[in-house]
Amino acid sequence: MTTAQTTGKSATSKSAIAIDKARAEGRAALIGYLPAGYPSAEETIAAGIALARNGADLIEIGIPYSDPVMDGPVIQAATTEALAKGFSVRQVFDVVAGITSQTDAAVLVMTYWNPVVRMGVDEFSRRLAEAGGAGLITPDLIPDEAVEWMDASEKYGLDRVFLVAPSSTPERMRRTVDASRGFVYAVSIMGVTGARSSVSSAAQDVVAAAKAAGAERVCVGLGVSTAEQVAEIAAYADGVIVGSALVAAVRDGGVDAVAKLTKDLSTGLTRK
Amino acid sequence: MADAPTAGSDEGTVDAFLQGGTSLRHAPGPYFGAYGGRWMPESLIAALDELEDTFEKAKADPGFIAQIADLNKNYSGRPSLLTEAKRFAEHAGGVRIFLKREDLNHTGSHKINNVLGQALLAKRMGKTRVIAETGAGQHGVASATAAALLGLECVVYMGAEDCRRQALNVARMELLGAKVIPVTNGSQTLKDAINEALRDWVANVGNTHYLLGTAAGAHPFPALVRYFHEVIGEEARAQILEQAGRLPDAVCACIGGGSNAIGIFHGFLDDPSVKIYGFEAGGDGVETGRHAATITLGRPGVLHGARSYLMQDDDGQTIESHSISAGLDYPGVGPEHSYLADIGRVSYEPITDSEAMEAFKLLCRTEGIIPAIESSHALAGAIKVGQRLAAEGGAAGASDKIVVVNLSGRGDKDVATAAEWFDLLDKNSAEAAIGKEGEQL
Repeated sequence: MTTAQTTGKSATSKSAIAIDKARAEGRAALIGYLPAGYPSAEETIAAGIALARNGADLIEIGIPYSDPVMDGPVIQAATTEALAKGFSVRQVFDVVAGITSQTDAAVLVMTYWNPVVRMGVDEFSRRLAEAGGAGLITPDLIPDEAVEWMDASEKYGLDRVFLVAPSSTPERMRRTVDASRGFVYAVSIMGVTGARSSVSSAAQDVVAAAKAAGAERVCVGLGVSTAEQVAEIAAYADGVIVGSALVAAVRDGGVDAVAKLTKDLSTGLTRK
Repeated sequence: MADAPTAGSDEGTVDAFLQGGTSLRHAPGPYFGAYGGRWMPESLIAALDELEDTFEKAKADPGFIAQIADLNKNYSGRPSLLTEAKRFAEHAGGVRIFLKREDLNHTGSHKINNVLGQALLAKRMGKTRVIAETGAGQHGVASATAAALLGLECVVYMGAEDCRRQALNVARMELLGAKVIPVTNGSQTLKDAINEALRDWVANVGNTHYLLGTAAGAHPFPALVRYFHEVIGEEARAQILEQAGRLPDAVCACIGGGSNAIGIFHGFLDDPSVKIYGFEAGGDGVETGRHAATITLGRPGVLHGARSYLMQDDDGQTIESHSISAGLDYPGVGPEHSYLADIGRVSYEPITDSEAMEAFKLLCRTEGIIPAIESSHALAGAIKVGQRLAAEGGAAGASDKIVVVNLSGRGDKDVATAAEWFDLLDKNSAEAAIGKEGEQL
């Protein structure tokens, strides 16, 4: 399989450009996650802009979903509330456009696969591209099932961020790296989202394995919540992904708390 | 819902299959037509690969086959009987009706077939812990049973609301040594118990096997769960040939996730003369929106690891299902059923709560058998099928028609629900007070 990462198409990948810019500055990229519609679409846009203006290079907007099997309690509570308030999937394009029109951050959508299937993979991709989105992070879609998404993402120039895990075999690692575009999402531990007191040493091994399989950009997520953890991961990964800690900030202190936490997290990005 | 392929409409396809000599039996997965697959986090793919590999090797191992056969015979009590229900049949157009008595198995339903098989696979993989989801508690009790027998740690995830309503089943599982964890996320029902079990599995996959309770989920689960239930159809086919001297005209089963159904259907899939019917939970009626008739009214989508028919809204969010029967109260269905519906080999129809409860009472009064409310959906369907067969053949010909029904479980667990439904409890009794809360007696 030809790898999109190495054939030069990465030049048009918004995620790759954002990560490479951070790399040129001698640091890792910061990727922040926010669930769309929590507590409202307008506030998600405001929080996304605050992320970008305080040090985040990429922003991950999650689509609230009824059955989020990879999410821990903090994100589940937020997305359940967003759904209860009537969040609808098409609002995610307004959120993405609201952030991309105000900032230079690459904005990806993180989504479980069924909402994309329901809208139609091509239609969803077209609308995401129109909104200025960079691509999709797909926690329950593996390359084996991604034929339609491979086609649509090529057609609309969107990034395909698949996950690799500590349990991925070298063969699956290669397959997933080959299918990815933009960057590869390395799951730091075997588990679901949520802040943890320490980041597993498995994360460094996953990054090394992904690089050995040919990945140019590998970002690490799951369990990262402090600047110290960011610094630890920035030493070996191209980007650091923070989710639950930012969602808790939205919950407890709104946009101001997001700005403050982002600023703090970004102090860990520069490699020593 | 206009874009859904109409279940059962494509008669030509199945004829081509059956006349062309292509077998529908032993479909290996991962795909059943456009359904099945692995819509799962990457973290779990290695465990699914390990399970598939272990399963394939076990199937080819005479020692494993002998182990299953021994447990089926000397622990579960197989073969289960095939009982002719003559007085019940008088209400079904006068056709002959035979009941496949899965209710007589140890633990009271077909569920034991699958849990013993998977617990043995867990041992072969060197796993020391099994986790399971449960709705009413039947699969949880069966899993706790298999874990106790084989010396495995067992954790069962159960919706908090279900824990409250089925307090005695929670006690049963704990008596058997299992730990029951109430799930308070999402809608607090079976689908959320599955979500929570999957989260546990991701975190503990090294020592833990997910003992999934139905023929759904990611590959290899649909083919694997079916494999352990195929014994139902194999026995039923041999028994009806012996007792009636020929194949039945129709086979009926209830469908939630569809494990008892795929087990009995499998024995007859390649017999073109046998019509096969799956009866889904119609709840208050499919027109009310309060039902679990996934194939009848759902649309293809992905949930819990497989592409299949699914009750979902226009955004792809899962819709909560409703049924008087906890075992059928699931918004998804096994992928092989979706395929069998599309090619027209199996007809899927809804049965309302009221129809199921009438059939429940009828079997109690005519045969002295208290059926599970799940199985009562199959009985209600069999009455309709019998009446149709009688209408086709005329009254004289009706007694030549044969219908086999999978009586997937016994109804002891459902006595409280039934007593409340039929208003049998003295208003001042303790049971009536409990029944109002929906508790299991």
